[in-house]
Amino acid sequence: MKKNRTAHSTADRLLSIAMGLLSLVYVYPFFMVLINSFKKKIYISRMPFALPDERTFAGIVNYQTGIQRTDFLMAILWSTVITVLSVGAILLFTSMCAWYLNRVRNRATRLLYRLFILSMVVPFQMVMFTLSKIANLLGLNTPVGIVPVYLGFGAGLAVFLFYGYMQSCPVAMEESAMIDGAKPLRVFFSVVLPILQPCFVSVGILQAMWIWNDYLLPYLVLDLKRYKTIPIAVQYLKGGYGSVDMGAMMAMLVLAILPIVAVYLLCQKYIVSGVMAGAVKG
Amino acid sequence: MERFIGKYWPVFVLPTLASFAIGFLAPFAMGLYLSFCDFTTISDAVFTGLDNYVRAFSDASGAFLHSLWYTALFALLSTVVINVFGLGVALLLNRRLPGRDLYRTVLFLPNLIGGIVLGWLWQVIFNGLLNPYGVTVVTGEWYGFWGLMLIMLWQQAGYMMIIYLSGIATIPEELGEAAGIDGASPWQTFWHVTLPMLRPSVTICTFLTLTNGFKLFDQNLALTGGMPSGRSELLALNIYNTFYGRAGWEGAGQAKAVVFCAIVVGIALLQLRLTRRGEVEA
Repeated sequence: MKKNRTAHSTADRLLSIAMGLLSLVYVYPFFMVLINSFKKKIYISRMPFALPDERTFAGIVNYQTGIQRTDFLMAILWSTVITVLSVGAILLFTSMCAWYLNRVRNRATRLLYRLFILSMVVPFQMVMFTLSKIANLLGLNTPVGIVPVYLGFGAGLAVFLFYGYMQSCPVAMEESAMIDGAKPLRVFFSVVLPILQPCFVSVGILQAMWIWNDYLLPYLVLDLKRYKTIPIAVQYLKGGYGSVDMGAMMAMLVLAILPIVAVYLLCQKYIVSGVMAGAVKG
Repeated sequence: MERFIGKYWPVFVLPTLASFAIGFLAPFAMGLYLSFCDFTTISDAVFTGLDNYVRAFSDASGAFLHSLWYTALFALLSTVVINVFGLGVALLLNRRLPGRDLYRTVLFLPNLIGGIVLGWLWQVIFNGLLNPYGVTVVTGEWYGFWGLMLIMLWQQAGYMMIIYLSGIATIPEELGEAAGIDGASPWQTFWHVTLPMLRPSVTICTFLTLTNGFKLFDQNLALTGGMPSGRSELLALNIYNTFYGRAGWEGAGQAKAVVFCAIVVGIALLQLRLTRRGEVEA
């Protein structure tokens, strides 16, 4: 028995080393982009895997060029504004909507719920042309204007997850609050909202991941002369004629990745469990 | 309950519904209608029946048909590759290995980073690896194909691993032990006990990877941009280029988008049926 256990743990230790090597392979691309961001641009495509040396080291020039050319710091600001406002709007309005759809069952609410489900699967290319024209017509081409667009296009998944979660919440508490004379809004905010908390985390994380990284929707909707998000700024480095300053590109990739890694390491537990809860129901 | 909150729909439903109308319902309905029209913007549409669909499929270069099977092949292959790898890693990291939590953290990380950023990051790696052979990632359509495959594997395997891990956690341990006592080999136990129990997770993961494969856009745009001459265009990028890269082809682009939408919705309905059947059996 004892012998068996030691043999087992040796196997596990070997396995652990193998997984460690796999993890190194996994983080290598991040390391590579970091070292290249400090190299002079002509050396990046020629020797991307070499560490910078005296000849190839470029200091922070790439960061300066990249930030200047794409207005990257403003892009970080706009990405943050758009993500925070949109996720906030989605959490507030879709949870209210899902509660109503779940508690009031009639033909209209059932139809609306079905349409929300449909919108979850429809690919963006189906609506991109008409959506960008409508958004333009309504003057929604600003970081605040884009919020209702995100609320509309993101509502499907959010309503679906809230609705599913409420299915398992008893109505009794809400009813007794109403009998005590509370108005519906009050019932929602003081009885329903606290119960929904875990669902808020998971919807919030899924939507934030999507909106923060989204490229095509803001590219088509926003007034690009004034507002760029991070993915738009990165792609903007390509310019019209195909020649790309790879040095500036590497530096901007580093700046794009860093905040995500930082947030992930801080809230890892919520992110993984949020994704898990969302995926299992989706 | 219903009578009590029923008349409060302007508060609970209207904000989401209005945004949903702008962000999805109106663009969807108009997009469907415009696919049967000749137009350059949404106000100059002339009904032309199925003309756009004929044009979409009879494109002289055969670009749409090419991108159709190119995308289908990509989606199918990537589904197999990602799920086999994701499940394998989940099974290994389900054991109590030293450093297990760290490995899980690392493997999940790429999933949080946007497609545009990943496309550029990997472009440098691929071109660095291919450089000694005198080719680049845009030399031929298959370099981009396998490049995208590797990016998606690296990005999504961690996500699928998380879903599989939560699935494995629901399997009672006695089941595997009982199989072991009955003389089943580890392989037999996996094949006849673990895998059937994981069916719900497998359905979710195949659905997610399959639709992600079909909808892939950002990585494609950043890695190859469709080069050489559109041969590495997946469906979404082909539709985008038809809309915005060719004057007078908006109608054909919208028709392609409707076909694309039908494919993805079809896959979703199929998955729904499979899930339902699984529930009845279980």
